Amino acid sequence: MIKFSDKQLRIPKLMRPVYLVTAGMSKFGRAFPETRTEELCIQAFTAASDFVGMTPAELKQYIHTCYYGHFADHFGDQLLGESVIHDRLGLDPLGNIGVKTGGATGGSAMWEAVKAVASGYSDCALALGWERMDEVPTDEGNHLISAAADKDWETPLGHMYTGYYAVMAQRYWKIFGKEEESFRKTMAEIAVKNRGYARMNPHAHGPMKITVEDVINSPIVAYPLRVLDCCLMSVGSACGIVCDEKTAYEITDNPLRIYIAAGSHTLRVADRRDMKVPLLPNEKQGQYDDLGKKFPGGNRYPGFTGFLAARVAAYYAYHMSGVVDPTEDLDVVELHDAFTISDIQTYEDIGIRPYGKGRDYIETGDAYVINPQTKKPGKLPSNPCGGLIGCMHAVGATGLMQIAEIGYHIWNRWDEIHEPEEKWKAFGREKPKDWTSLQVKGAKRGLAISHAGVGSHVTCTILMDPNKLIKED
Amino acid sequence: MPKTDEEKGFVDVVNGRYKPRGVFHIIEKNQPIFNKDSGKLAGVTNPRDMTYIHSYGGEAIFFESLGKGKLMATRCDNDKCEAKGSIFEPFRIYCPDCLRKATIVDITEKAQKMAKIHSFIITHRSGAFNTLPKPIKFINVEFDKEVVTILMSVLSVGEPEIGKRVVPIFRTKDPTYTIMDLMFVLEGTPESDLPEGFTY
Ligand SMILES: [Zn+2]
Repeated sequence: MIKFSDKQLRIPKLMRPVYLVTAGMSKFGRAFPETRTEELCIQAFTAASDFVGMTPAELKQYIHTCYYGHFADHFGDQLLGESVIHDRLGLDPLGNIGVKTGGATGGSAMWEAVKAVASGYSDCALALGWERMDEVPTDEGNHLISAAADKDWETPLGHMYTGYYAVMAQRYWKIFGKEEESFRKTMAEIAVKNRGYARMNPHAHGPMKITVEDVINSPIVAYPLRVLDCCLMSVGSACGIVCDEKTAYEITDNPLRIYIAAGSHTLRVADRRDMKVPLLPNEKQGQYDDLGKKFPGGNRYPGFTGFLAARVAAYYAYHMSGVVDPTEDLDVVELHDAFTISDIQTYEDIGIRPYGKGRDYIETGDAYVINPQTKKPGKLPSNPCGGLIGCMHAVGATGLMQIAEIGYHIWNRWDEIHEPEEKWKAFGREKPKDWTSLQVKGAKRGLAISHAGVGSHVTCTILMDPNKLIKED
Repeated sequence: MPKTDEEKGFVDVVNGRYKPRGVFHIIEKNQPIFNKDSGKLAGVTNPRDMTYIHSYGGEAIFFESLGKGKLMATRCDNDKCEAKGSIFEPFRIYCPDCLRKATIVDITEKAQKMAKIHSFIITHRSGAFNTLPKPIKFINVEFDKEVVTILMSVLSVGEPEIGKRVVPIFRTKDPTYTIMDLMFVLEGTPESDLPEGFTY
């Protein structure tokens, strides 16, 4: 569709408030050759029960239904992998279902869990995700990932997903980046920021202390993308538990309100037709009329330069939660930085900056925990966990890790998860001597974007301190 | 090692069903995986030789036409549909708006005269089972206003650049009946420079 009816644009309604009560995650790494997937899932679940001072057995008593995010069955050579994990978590005979929406799988699993609670079907639901891509040779792994593109029209072309994806980056780079050295530098700043933040995260798989030059000089994957512009491919698990109000306060004194919405767009980028830009609450009619003039070639929307799914997910979620301007109304975000350039595209899709101005979010320093220019707290820090570039991308777990991280900031317990010496030791990782807290001080509201590949699925999750809601129920 | 004809699997449709003939999987023994440092068992390999069947259905004519040097697309001709007149390439059996069966149209000439590079990427990497020479030059091809989509393909000869004119080429000798029978070259490429088996 390229025109949407009022019925389709109706703002989603949760029939009762839903709360995130706890979240947890495992260690993330490139490979866990001597660990079964269930061991990582149990690690994530146990972290969630520890977080609310319960044993896993105690926390399990509350759970009524389970939503599992696991994208790539064919990697694990195991259909119904969700049933394996469900059994190993000892949650039978509860109803459970697997969710698969590519890179957005974690967010989508949470989408399902929230709806189950909002509808009254369950008072407490578990969303748990994982991925493991280390159990096949790398080139076969590339082939398996390319099977997430159209099997007849795209996969035979190189069996390499990057090829189908990076054409979007190329177009954005030429049209909106104008191939400027300064834009290239801004892309690199994102990689430096996120890999640097990952250094403060014991769970993170790809921490690095690097410079803009290191990024610009790293090997080319598909020009303009270089190795250090790209996200990690990780193994690990993450989870979150959502409840109705009564159950939430039985589990914890500090549950967080959760809103979540989803959007989609064609699997093949090829099929994207032109349309009018759907506007977010902080945008005005006609504001994009001259986009093609300012950026020659940029008049095609969403074309190759915008992710309609992200825009639509944000549209629903902002209206649900009352967010008007994300930069003003939110305190911290975790975005799906699959590539430095797609991160910039997302700033525009979700209204942190208008279309064509995404780079400004980095260049002003707003996206940093501490603004490197003013040395004061950034206006809207992005990806303090390190994101997909620095922390992890274990597909089915990623969206849930992001939601957990936003939660830790609002709970003001980020340090407790990322600082303890014992955790660094247990994970076999060396805590940096210059470890610094990246807790966003006074964070009351945050957002997480979970995004699939070329933008086929996107979820937008908003968490708020229940005393700091924007919109009355 | 490529399989001999005796080791290959073929499929026909007979009496409305897929009927396989030949060899479909050669069994290979699994191997244990040991930790080289501790000497302990970590797991096993599970090698497997699989053949999938892809049903083309209403798209079959697109793939069959490539080997005949023709680029087929579809157009919505439904008077009651807002997308009326839109041409879809990739070929869509049904119009995505009205879900009426779209009309099959030949856009070979349009492609020869109008095709341009909308975006591209050059990659030196590929996945298992890739048969394209590297680096692979992925291109996205825009046609004219009537064609509302942007086809993904590969530039076989020449260096890609946004806006450059390209022309389709077809594997008319020994077609594979896959999307690999269609590629593009820069306008003006002499026929003698086309890859083996391809013609304009
Ligand atoms: Zn139609």
